[in-house]
Amino acid sequence: MSENHQHLTNEQVKDIDENIAWAKINNDVLNSMKNPRKGYWVALVLSALLFGVMIYAEVYQYRNGMGETLLNTSHMWDLYISSFVFWIGMSHSGTLLSAILHLVHADWRKPIYRFAEAMTTFSLLTAGLFPVIHLGRVWNFYWVMPYMSDRGIWPNFRSPLIWDAFAITSYLTSSVLFLYIGMIPDLAICRDNTTGWRKTLYTFLSLGWRGDDRQWRHFRFTYLMIACFLIPLAVSVHSIVSMDFAMAIMPGWHVTTFPPYFVAGALYSGCAAIITLFVLLRYFFKFEEYMTMPILDKVCKLTFVIAMVWTYLNLIEFSAVWYGHDIPSKEVLIAKATGPYSIFFWGMMFFGSVLPFSLLSKAVRRNMKIMFFISIFLNVGMFLERWMIVTPTLSMGYHPQGFNVMWPGWVEWAMVGGSFGWFGLLFLVFVKVFPCVSMYEVKEMVYHRKRTTYADVDEMMELHSGVPGPEAQTQQSGGA
Amino acid sequence: MPSLLGNVFKGWSDYSKGIEQGGNQKYEHMFSMSIDLDKCTGCNACSTACYAENNLAWVGEYKFASRQSMHWMRIERYFDEPDVGSSDPESLDRGASFLPMMCQQCNAAPCEPVCPVAATYHTVDALNAQVYNRCIGSRYCANNCPFRVRYFNFYDNAPTAWPAPMDQGLNPDLSVRSKGVMEKCTFCIQRIRGANETAKREGRELKDGDIVTACQQTCPTSAIVFGDLLDKTSEISKIWKRQQVKLGTYKQEKENKDLRGYRIFEELNIEPKVLYLERVREV
Repeated sequence: MSENHQHLTNEQVKDIDENIAWAKINNDVLNSMKNPRKGYWVALVLSALLFGVMIYAEVYQYRNGMGETLLNTSHMWDLYISSFVFWIGMSHSGTLLSAILHLVHADWRKPIYRFAEAMTTFSLLTAGLFPVIHLGRVWNFYWVMPYMSDRGIWPNFRSPLIWDAFAITSYLTSSVLFLYIGMIPDLAICRDNTTGWRKTLYTFLSLGWRGDDRQWRHFRFTYLMIACFLIPLAVSVHSIVSMDFAMAIMPGWHVTTFPPYFVAGALYSGCAAIITLFVLLRYFFKFEEYMTMPILDKVCKLTFVIAMVWTYLNLIEFSAVWYGHDIPSKEVLIAKATGPYSIFFWGMMFFGSVLPFSLLSKAVRRNMKIMFFISIFLNVGMFLERWMIVTPTLSMGYHPQGFNVMWPGWVEWAMVGGSFGWFGLLFLVFVKVFPCVSMYEVKEMVYHRKRTTYADVDEMMELHSGVPGPEAQTQQSGGA
Repeated sequence: MPSLLGNVFKGWSDYSKGIEQGGNQKYEHMFSMSIDLDKCTGCNACSTACYAENNLAWVGEYKFASRQSMHWMRIERYFDEPDVGSSDPESLDRGASFLPMMCQQCNAAPCEPVCPVAATYHTVDALNAQVYNRCIGSRYCANNCPFRVRYFNFYDNAPTAWPAPMDQGLNPDLSVRSKGVMEKCTFCIQRIRGANETAKREGRELKDGDIVTACQQTCPTSAIVFGDLLDKTSEISKIWKRQQVKLGTYKQEKENKDLRGYRIFEELNIEPKVLYLERVREV
């Protein structure tokens, strides 16, 4: 059997090489923040241009009116709301990786959670744009907040849009805090190794971190607390977003399973986005030693599981509608599958439910190029999903007079494209200003791995190389 | 300062009371409409009257075709197509059936709870009010309206609809809506308020026939009847009673199945307050 298999190297089996020197970790990550290459500037300018188009579209829409989006009396929402749901969804996997996997001690998350958490924050910032730009009177957007008014006017607390506003602002605040607090020890490393404006910035941000016992104790406690706080928040945010639809009476929206369905979809698109960014960062920043194939492999498996949960919930929804006696809902479902939007519906089903089966192949999971494209297509599928939730229902509600098909105008597409520019802009600035791999946690990971043996890994190593693995040691024996 | 906090807390307590008691139930009037489809000739006079009375902006052919128009009262045409279940093969030759459609002023309106800023709410007249100044244009209400009778100001329509001196001809009793707010049929709220004021000035109660909506006034066949359901002697109450249609149910149980009165989408439990009388064909 060893003839059939090539010899596996450390790189192919272990999440991380436990013999990396700590100084090397520091150097590699700090170097990634310096000397942007030409490609970086190209990407930055491209993102800025896309965002510029978005600003132009917004000014145009502001001056001329919402009608430029080609929305109409039946289709009052379209791509803005679907993009909003899409970006909120993207934000969920950062929390999954950084908080949930932190609590279950899955330490393979350590090299990749920082950028995932940054993704969470930035996609929330992107998502937050859409409910504002879709307002007819943008300049009054703050009326949804319950501020003290002399006239005693409150927002309508029964409206899911108000819950949205609360959920998103609290999720954004908490995830910014989580990102920042998790970064403090790394900011101290940056402070000690930089000069100039960076030194000033990191000195301020690292809050006098010295790395003594007391600080670490407080740090651990705080980090755990916020992680615990963030998990229910993440679940509730997308449940509340789903209530924008589920609380409405429209056929195709009024679905009880929407909250778990939306959360599953959110984790799904977030995981796919993590894979995309993983591949990009690994390639451009040469993070091969930290963002290793086995970690990608694990993320892919996670994505596959979530994809199957999503598919399951999708099928539940379809069958509930099919066997239920709500005729309008059934008609909307049939119209989705056979009507003018059917190509997008089946695209969503293909990209969302069929394509993930390719992740069952190890060769695919470990091929960077293929995974890059697959992850993009998974997210295309998820974008279509959101669009297919919003639009077919509006094109076919209850009243026959309102039935019509509508295609988004250039203004809407410009906003959607521009949101990627805005996200890219934030992310590109982030990777050059803040360490996008957690230095201190990679060190912890290396440290623990060195003192623990994993029976399965050793067995595999032995099987493939014929060399016996290191002797089993317990974690306690190597304790500090 | 005391007034600031006082108002805030008073607002809050009113608000929570409204929630506990299922909204405002202390109706002073309950305005309702009935439309006899057998009398409707589809002449569109009601729609035109509505444009004139309520300062509705015309949007032009292109925007109308894009369904961005502002017609609060619209006449819908329906054909009994032979291939869709009509027993009569010559049903198309009989022409269209007409359905005047405007805001149904639902007593359990789906548009009301979803507005984030409470710009649409139920008044003591059992009207579904729209506060233009409060509306921020999130358009959730229109999405949740099964009748699709809420119209959004997609553009700043006023300058194109009423170039000077046409703006002199606008109805001064109500505002011209600005870009980005939602609007819909109000049952001619300005006429209701006016009649109320007149009655108060004359020191009497509002009586049936005091209020005439623009569409009702214009209808050449008198298909539209408008009035107060709480006033048991009013014409509209009699029609509801005669047709054995009741509020507060999502399924009418009529003793006489041949009566023509029905409410559209009452099975959604939204309590529409417009009674339609079915058209009868001599087939």
